[in-house]
Amino acid sequence: MTGNLEARIPSGPLDRKWTSHKDHSRLVSPNNRRKFEIIVVGSGLAGGSAAATLGELGYRVKCFCYQDSPRRAHSIAAQGGINAAKNYQNDGDSVYRLFYDTIKGGDFRSREANVYRLAEVSSNIIDQCVAQGVPFAREYGGLLANRSFGGAQVSRTFYARGQTGQQLLLGCYQALCRQMAAGTVQMFPQTEMLDVVLVDGHAKGIVTRNLRTGKVDNVAADAVVLATGGYGNVFYLSTNARGCNVTATYRAYKKGALFANPCFTQIHPTCIPHSGDYQSKLTLMSESLRNDGRVWVPKRKEDAKKPPNEIPEKDRDYYLERKYPSYGNLAARDISSRSAKEVCDEGRGVGPGGRGVYLDFADAIKRLGEETIRERYGNLFEVYEKITGENAYQVPMRIYPAVHYTMGGLWVDYNLMSNIPGLFVIGEANFSDHGANRLGASALMQGLADGYFILPYTLPNYLAGQMGRRPSNDHAEFKKAERDIRAKIDNLLKINGKISLDSIHRELGALLWDKCGMARNKNGLEEALRKIPDLRERFWSRGRGIRVPGDGEDFNQALERAGRVADFLEFAELMCLDALARDESCGAHFREEHQTSEGEALRDDENFADVYAWEFQGNGQIARPRLHREPLHFETVHLAQRSYK
Amino acid sequence: MNFKLKIWRQKDRRSRGKLVKYDAPDIPAQASLLEMLDIVNERLLLRGEEPIAFDSDCREGICGTCSLTVNGEAHGPDHPGAACELYMRKFRDGETIIVEPFRVKSFPVIKDLVVDRSALDRIVQAGGFISARAGSAPEANSIPIPKHYADLSMEAAACIGCGACAAACPNASAMLFTAAKVSHLALLPQGEPERTKRVVSMVQAMDAEGFGNCTNTYECEAVCPAEISASFIAKLNREYSKASLRRSAGE
Repeated sequence: MTGNLEARIPSGPLDRKWTSHKDHSRLVSPNNRRKFEIIVVGSGLAGGSAAATLGELGYRVKCFCYQDSPRRAHSIAAQGGINAAKNYQNDGDSVYRLFYDTIKGGDFRSREANVYRLAEVSSNIIDQCVAQGVPFAREYGGLLANRSFGGAQVSRTFYARGQTGQQLLLGCYQALCRQMAAGTVQMFPQTEMLDVVLVDGHAKGIVTRNLRTGKVDNVAADAVVLATGGYGNVFYLSTNARGCNVTATYRAYKKGALFANPCFTQIHPTCIPHSGDYQSKLTLMSESLRNDGRVWVPKRKEDAKKPPNEIPEKDRDYYLERKYPSYGNLAARDISSRSAKEVCDEGRGVGPGGRGVYLDFADAIKRLGEETIRERYGNLFEVYEKITGENAYQVPMRIYPAVHYTMGGLWVDYNLMSNIPGLFVIGEANFSDHGANRLGASALMQGLADGYFILPYTLPNYLAGQMGRRPSNDHAEFKKAERDIRAKIDNLLKINGKISLDSIHRELGALLWDKCGMARNKNGLEEALRKIPDLRERFWSRGRGIRVPGDGEDFNQALERAGRVADFLEFAELMCLDALARDESCGAHFREEHQTSEGEALRDDENFADVYAWEFQGNGQIARPRLHREPLHFETVHLAQRSYK
Repeated sequence: MNFKLKIWRQKDRRSRGKLVKYDAPDIPAQASLLEMLDIVNERLLLRGEEPIAFDSDCREGICGTCSLTVNGEAHGPDHPGAACELYMRKFRDGETIIVEPFRVKSFPVIKDLVVDRSALDRIVQAGGFISARAGSAPEANSIPIPKHYADLSMEAAACIGCGACAAACPNASAMLFTAAKVSHLALLPQGEPERTKRVVSMVQAMDAEGFGNCTNTYECEAVCPAEISASFIAKLNREYSKASLRRSAGE
């Protein structure tokens, strides 16, 4: 293995670690910064903010994204908000509380020091975004407004209508545009990273493919930053954008970067239910709706087919309020999702196929008036009506959980550097801050924390020792990597089969949703592990596998997607393997064998308070990846059974 | 449902394109227009024909990637909404649907229905930002902003950058796009220091990219998926006049 599994967490008291770490990290002086070239892959909140900030500091940055403009990265779709420990509401919030809620929400499977740092810089993020002109919601007095969110008992979420991700991303895109105009950041849109190049064990470049022309190229740099998001699309249907993929992180994994906790995938409780095979994606309804909406299903399954207005109050089961009285409809995401699955499994689900629960605004409309509800959630109600044709001011919304976010990702140390020196991983692409479950409004916080305030301090610490070590892209390692990628593309084109890519991807997704989704068990996971290699074989089988038309030297969307699905078909196995090895329940990872008498996730802190980081050993069943365990040390918090009752 | 399609096919930027007819039988009414194209593409692929290239990403109307002209209208007939939010139940069974790319000189066609909209990025690069270095921001609540202005700024900021405004405009003008960004930042006190320079530079960039002028036809507002009001164009004109006056007065 390259490097080692040393988390490099600074010593000292929790609330001093980050400050003292910054005080002792190495720096690069202003006149030396322009001598360093940094590759940033991805232009969402993490990548965009990192590229803009590094450019501003004076480094020469090359930023790559698969979209046609950095403004379209999938962070744009985040709706609800961003957390920060500002305590503007005077309701008892603090850095410690945000830290504690986040680590508890993650079911004690994240690092104390990382999460504390995240809470610590959260306030700076809001300051930064306001200074950039992000139009956050305000009160009549002109001060910033907050809303409450799942998993917290304080109001600490800042928001811009239901478009918070969009506004934060535009802030960051505009900062990026400013650097592009200044010449410090060079942007490469519609360009996909297909491999990372290691020279003497350090990440010193990448291989790219220009999606518009098909040209394969390689780029050398002093360090590589991956900000390529999550792998939710392994499930085929998810709330992710169509283009989201695991390719960049998975190919880094194949080059020796460890992949941590891949089985930690978040299923969001409030999405519009699935309606048929033609469906290409699932649409999220922001969790903020749970502030005013009440979740229910009929008490009796005979009532499940009745229209909701014919079911009297006494025959409704507001199951979240019943089971979790103190958090009610705002219980953490994994708990809300699993509860919805349970009531549907009992036959009490509503809507076509019986996979749905009601999210009812009738009481809130009675209490606050339709106008207030429209002001708070108007655009979400419109989206709902567009997709389903139903008016949620009059009939309750129907919602069901869907894959939304992936907590797992490439393993990184406290500096956000993977075990490969010079390879940094930020945002959703790393594993570090959300443990086994992410709280609402924390993804935006993490992406921007990493890009604006953490990487700009930790990257120089690496670069300071790398002056003059950037190889030329004529180096043999680059040529070899480029040849390998060309061969991979040719192999896809040579399959020349008969089946469609989507049909295999759909099949993989259905298998994972069933066996490695909201609930998992040993038999199911073993079955999935048996079936995934078959799917792979069917994909690759010459003359009978998938059909990829056209050639590699062209704009070829089918080829792009084929490469991504090929990686998903390998990655899925790693995910199931991780889920099988983690023989406990925690957060979003619910192993049916391990639950309390009330059906809650039962952790096993004695044996599993570790990060599981997997090392690639070669393809196929014979060479299983090697497991490295990083023990999690809890010096400040007491490991408690998570309770939202 | 069953449809007849006429779809713009064009090999690359330099080739001539044409409308090609396809049959699209057995399409679920709940499918979106893009999902209908997915189905058609899957069938083309299995028949050994080249699938239709079209752009999309989030498929929920926020990323601004999709860029289709449907039956002559940017994003199709169901306004407000992007093409990805257009559902087949909005069409009549048996209807002929014509799908073309956005037609703007400054958005050259890359292939079939995919266009190059980097001109819009360059307008923002000319000044569509507030220079705020990470690390130097003041405390967020130190400048109260009246709710009215914050809300109005948000209305302008909601632009998804799809370019439908230019596609719908008989002059291929990008005024609504530029106006939205200028207004978003001019309505906030943080945008004040660069206000004059911003509007002048962005308008210059817009002209340099070859977009046309505004003649108040309001087609842009009619097709805008983010419902940006054309009154922001009036705001842009005021901002531009004020900036020009200030400049000529040597301020």
